[in-house]
Amino acid sequence: MTGDAPDSRLIRSLDRTGRKAVAAVEEVGNAGILVVESLYWLILGPRIRQPVRLDAVINQMMEIGIFAIPIIAMMAATIGVMLAIQGIHTLRIFGAETKVTVGIALSVVREFAPLITGILVAGRSGSALAARIGSMKTNQEIDALHVMGINPVRFLVAPALIACLIMVPALTFFSHVSGLLAAGLYVNLELKISLAAYFDQVVDALSAGDLLHGLSKSLIFAVLIAVIGVVNGASVTGGAEGVGKATTRAVVQSISAIIVTDMLFVFAVTR
Amino acid sequence: MTGAAPKKDRPVVIEVHDLVTHYGARMILKGVSMEVRDGEIMVIMGGSGSGKSTLLRHLMVLERATSGTMKVLGQDITQLGLRDMIDLRKKLGVAFQGGALFSSMTVGENIMLPLYEHTDLDPQTMRIMARMKLEVVNLAGFEDLMPSELSGGMIKRAAVARAIIMDPRILFMDEPSAGLDPAVSSALDDLILRLRDAMGMSICVVTHELESAFKIADRITILDRGDILFIGTPDEVRAHPSERIQNLLNRRAEDDTIDPEEYLRRLTGDEPLRNAAL
Repeated sequence: MTGDAPDSRLIRSLDRTGRKAVAAVEEVGNAGILVVESLYWLILGPRIRQPVRLDAVINQMMEIGIFAIPIIAMMAATIGVMLAIQGIHTLRIFGAETKVTVGIALSVVREFAPLITGILVAGRSGSALAARIGSMKTNQEIDALHVMGINPVRFLVAPALIACLIMVPALTFFSHVSGLLAAGLYVNLELKISLAAYFDQVVDALSAGDLLHGLSKSLIFAVLIAVIGVVNGASVTGGAEGVGKATTRAVVQSISAIIVTDMLFVFAVTR
Repeated sequence: MTGAAPKKDRPVVIEVHDLVTHYGARMILKGVSMEVRDGEIMVIMGGSGSGKSTLLRHLMVLERATSGTMKVLGQDITQLGLRDMIDLRKKLGVAFQGGALFSSMTVGENIMLPLYEHTDLDPQTMRIMARMKLEVVNLAGFEDLMPSELSGGMIKRAAVARAIIMDPRILFMDEPSAGLDPAVSSALDDLILRLRDAMGMSICVVTHELESAFKIADRITILDRGDILFIGTPDEVRAHPSERIQNLLNRRAEDDTIDPEEYLRRLTGDEPLRNAAL
């Protein structure tokens, strides 16, 4: 209000900031609860005749994993070729372009494949999860599940979380192969190194630890994508517009979380 | 109008005592006490913001009260563990205002969902049971359609079919007639009466449709600003001398005082995050 005293405006601003901080903490708490609750239903659900349904997990695996294969293949291949182009260009300054394979192998397996896979799955499936749960909430479908004695975390969240935990690492591995293959084809054309020789060098350059590094990160990304999607979907208010906002927020938050977590992971593990 | 006398000799299926509930600092229900008896249709009425939907959510065990006690089918809901709560919920059916059918499933799959989740019946038996319930609500043959292919009245009837698939002891209905034309609304009222008479269910209906309320109710609970004004038969409600009740029946709005600060906070989304968990 224009007539408000500065003190009043300050208090209101502090009040608003405080509310947002509380809401943020509450969202983090909700995310933690969702993970624990999903594990509870997965492990103990069958004992009370409330199992996490295999067909729901398979449906989610199809949505999150199988249908994402074409876009993941294309993006991973593009990144692989891009790395090959940049690597050869840079190493040519030192006359060491034949060593590009080492750089490609380590970059793709440890960094780019998990990252691009995480970002793509967040954009495709994290947003879809937020939209689905958000619209279910506004249509009272979540309430309907509660009243029918069907726990929404068991019915909706646990299958998505399990599917993410299986499919994101699987897609990451697929991304490794696609990226390395595409880069190998470019190296073959540019440096006349045969694909067999290229893959020999790739295998020599990589250790099991490198593979584990990339796949471990993808597991963390999987949890982030599922949980951020669900938390944003569950916090929807205000109908269709609210669903749209939650979907956008889920994508932005999960991509940001993936990149920041990636940096922290690399900092903790690589140094 | 059924106008049946209150079934005082029948057991109580829902017993609410001194229920108080808040959303943030706002008190929504201010010590509500009521009971629903076996096999009766209890209609909950009230103006906008009277707390009738909140009360219904409590009766459906979807909300936690600030204080007060509530027993559903003899069980104190605050004392129930997870397994008992799931067992209790199997005995409750709910038809939400918008139907709340799952848009990714066909009508038949929607109706079979409680059976699929809570029983070991084979798919063929489940399909037969779903078809029987669809026949009850005059929707036989619609099981393979998606909810988006149904009209508003059909969605409500499909929601009723899903709500009764487990043969619940208590059926809750939120605004069953809202948004329907008079003929469809009247047919839905007849269906509610049939469910009570044929299946012996206790039915709690929240509505603001007076004609429908007086047609189906055994008893009517009138809520106003979180308080119960009166509970009685339709005839007792009609004859009640209270000006507030008569205003409600004659659709005369009393001066609604809205706190502008609170309204602004709700508009700008500065209300504390509520119900953000699943």
